[in-house]
Amino acid sequence: MPNMSLNKVEMPVQEPNVRNCNFSEVALGYTEEMAIEEAQRCLNCKHKPCMQGCPVNVKIPEFIHFVAEGDFESAYNKIKETNALPAVCGRVCPQENQCEKHCVRAIKGDSVGIGRIERFVADWYMKNGKKESFDITPNGHKVAVVGSGPSSLTCAGDLAKLGYDVTVLEAFHTAGGVLMYGIPEFRLPKAIVQKEIETLKGLGVKIETNMVVGKIFSVDELFENGYEAVYIGTGAGLPSFMKIEGENLNGVYSANEFLTRINLMRAYDFPNTDTPIAVGKSVAVVGGGNVAMDAARCAKRLGAENVYIVYRRSEEEMPARLEEVHHAKEEGIEFLMLTNPNKILGNDEGYVTGMEVISMELGEADASGRRRPVAIKDSEHIIDVETVVIAIGQSPNPLIRSTTKGLDTHSWGGIITDDNGATSREGVYAGGDAVTGAATVILAMGAGKTAAKAIDEYIKSK
Amino acid sequence: MFKIAKKERLNEQVTLMEIEAPLVAKKAQPGQFIIFRIKDGGERIPLTIADYDREKGTVTIIFQKVGKTTKELDTLNEGDFILDFVGPLGTASHLEGYKKVAVIGGGLGTAIAYPQAKELSRLGAEVHSIIGFRNKDLVILEDKVNAVSDKTVVMTDDGSNGNKGFVTNALKELIDSGENYDLVIAIGPLIMMKMICELTRPYGIKTIVSMNPVMIDGTGMCGGCRVEVGGETKFACVDGPDFDGHLVDFDLAMRRQQMYKKHERESDCRMFGGLENA
Repeated sequence: MPNMSLNKVEMPVQEPNVRNCNFSEVALGYTEEMAIEEAQRCLNCKHKPCMQGCPVNVKIPEFIHFVAEGDFESAYNKIKETNALPAVCGRVCPQENQCEKHCVRAIKGDSVGIGRIERFVADWYMKNGKKESFDITPNGHKVAVVGSGPSSLTCAGDLAKLGYDVTVLEAFHTAGGVLMYGIPEFRLPKAIVQKEIETLKGLGVKIETNMVVGKIFSVDELFENGYEAVYIGTGAGLPSFMKIEGENLNGVYSANEFLTRINLMRAYDFPNTDTPIAVGKSVAVVGGGNVAMDAARCAKRLGAENVYIVYRRSEEEMPARLEEVHHAKEEGIEFLMLTNPNKILGNDEGYVTGMEVISMELGEADASGRRRPVAIKDSEHIIDVETVVIAIGQSPNPLIRSTTKGLDTHSWGGIITDDNGATSREGVYAGGDAVTGAATVILAMGAGKTAAKAIDEYIKSK
Repeated sequence: MFKIAKKERLNEQVTLMEIEAPLVAKKAQPGQFIIFRIKDGGERIPLTIADYDREKGTVTIIFQKVGKTTKELDTLNEGDFILDFVGPLGTASHLEGYKKVAVIGGGLGTAIAYPQAKELSRLGAEVHSIIGFRNKDLVILEDKVNAVSDKTVVMTDDGSNGNKGFVTNALKELIDSGENYDLVIAIGPLIMMKMICELTRPYGIKTIVSMNPVMIDGTGMCGGCRVEVGGETKFACVDGPDFDGHLVDFDLAMRRQQMYKKHERESDCRMFGGLENA
C-alpha cells in the first residue's frame, strides 16, 4: 500500500538563525528512512506524468520504486541512465515547475518530493556506492566543448560514453561554470560539483582550464587542431546593468561579480583567502530571480544587518524558486515588492549611501504575460544602503560570436540553433544559456544532451 | 601550472618575470593583458603584457610590489611554478598608420609603454619616448626603450638623474618646440594619465591611455572593471584596456581604485606582519 500522507516528508534544515551566519548547506537531506517513506508516496502511475516535466527524461517512477524498496544503488543507476549530474539537480532544479508539477499526488496535497529523493540517492551513492566503472570503446573522434557549466558537462559526459575523445575548455581556473561561480556553497556545496566533474573525468573527459576560447583559440582553430565538432555552452555571462545614475559608485556590484567573489574566489573566507568583498550594514539586491535570492542570502551571511530584495513587480511574478524565497524570508531577508530603483546615491568619496526608489502598481499584462508594473506618481523614497547588487539578468558573452565567422546570433546575443542544437556553422553546436539567455540548470542540461546526440549523428554521417 | 622561466629585479620595487605559456605567447599582441593566480585561494591579478617571445613560448610580465599577491609573486624564483596564467585578454592596441608618436610611461607604466613603442617603431612610426620616475634608482627599462625610440627623455620627480620634472613638462616642451605628434600614448598612474590628457586636449592631439582597474575574470563577466568613457559605461577587460583618454572619466576611475584599499591592508598585514609594509 502506498503511503497516503498528503504531505511530503519534511526535509531537515539548519535553523534559519544559525544558517544565516554560515555558508554550510541549508538543507541537510533525507535519512534512508525518510527517503523510503517519501518514495512510498509514489503511486507508480502507468502514464508517468512526472517524466513530461523533466528536460532530461529521468525515469522517475522507476528510480523511486527502487528507493521504496531500499535498493538505492539501482535507483542511482536508473537516474544516471539519463542524468549526468543527479546531486546537482536534486538541489537546484525548480521541481515545482517541472516533474513535481505533473505529479498526480499534487491534485490533493503535496506532490511526491521527487527532487528530495533524487538528492538523497545521489548523496547516498557518493558515500556508499562503488566507484562507477564504464566500458567505453574509444571511437577516435575528437570533440571540443567550450565552457564547463551544466550544459557542457552533460554534453561532454554523453559524448564520452559514446566513445568520443572529449576536451572541455574552461575560461576560469576551475571547471563547473555557474555551478561554481554562481550558485552559493550553502545551496550547492562545491565539493559535490567537483565530485560530479571527477566522475566525468573517469569517463575520459579532459578538462583544460584557463582557456578563453575566442582569445587563445578561435572556433576555427579548434577545427584546425583536429576537433570534428564544437559544442558551445558558454552560458549567459554578461551582466546587465540598469543604466541609472550612480551605478558606477563604489559598493555597486553586478550579481555576477558579487557571487563570483564569494563563491569561486571564496571571499567569505577573507583574509584566509585573498579576494575581498565589501558588504555594508545594509544591502539592496535588485531583482527577483534565483540569482537575486542567492546574492541576498550571501549578503546576510557576510554580516549585513538589513538585506532588501527590491523588485518592481509583486511576489507572485517573482521568477525565483519557491523554496529559495521561503528560505530567504526565514533568514530575515526583507522583500520590498513593487519597488523600482531610480538612482543610486553616493558621497564625495564615491561610495554608495542610499538608493532612491519609486513605488509601482500592476497594470495591464505585458508581452511576458505578467502584469506590467507602472510607477506611482510622487512615491519616490530613499532606502539607506551601502551596497547595491544588480541581479536583473545576464546575456550571452560576445567573445565567441565576435570571433566566429558565419555564426548566426540574435540581436540580444543568443546563438541561433535548430531543435537539435545545430548552429549556422557546420559542426558547431550550442546549448544552454548561450542559446536561451539566462534560464535553469536543468534546461541547459537538456540542451547539452540533445546536442550530444546530434553531434554523434553528425560525425557518424560524415 | 606555469613555470617562471626568468626572474630579474628591475629595481627594489619592480620585478620582471618571463612565464612559460606557449599558447598565450603565440597569440599575444601589444596592449593585451593576462590574469595570473599563484595558488589555490589566491587572488586573480591582471597585468598588461610587457613582451612576448613566440619561439621561446614565454610571456613577460613586469610588476610592482603593491599588495599581498604581487609581494608573494616576488618571493618566487626561476624554476618555480604559478597555478594559473590566462590570456591574452582584452583588445590589442591599434597602432597602424601613425607618423610621429609620443609614448609616455610613468613608473611601472613604462613596462606597458615599452611594447607599444616597440610595435610603433616596427610599423615605421617616429617614436619619442618620455619616461618618468620618482628618482634615479627607480628608473627601469631605459636601454630597452631607447633601443626602439628615435628620442628618449627620462624624467625624475626629484631631479636625481639631472632631469627634474614630470613627464607632462617634457611632453609640453617637445610639443611647444614644434614636434607634430599625431598620437600620444600615456600609460602610468591614473593621475599622470589625466594630466597628460589635459595637456594634449587643447592641442587636439589624439591621446590613448591604458586602464587597469580591479577585475575578476577578464572576459566581461563580472563588470567590476567599469570605466566611463564619453559618458558611457565600458568594461576595461573587453572594450579596453586602451581608451581615448580625452573621453575617460579619470576622477571616477581614481575613486573606484580605492574600493578595496582597506581590505588590501588587512590581507597584506596578515601575510607580511605589520602595517608599515602596506
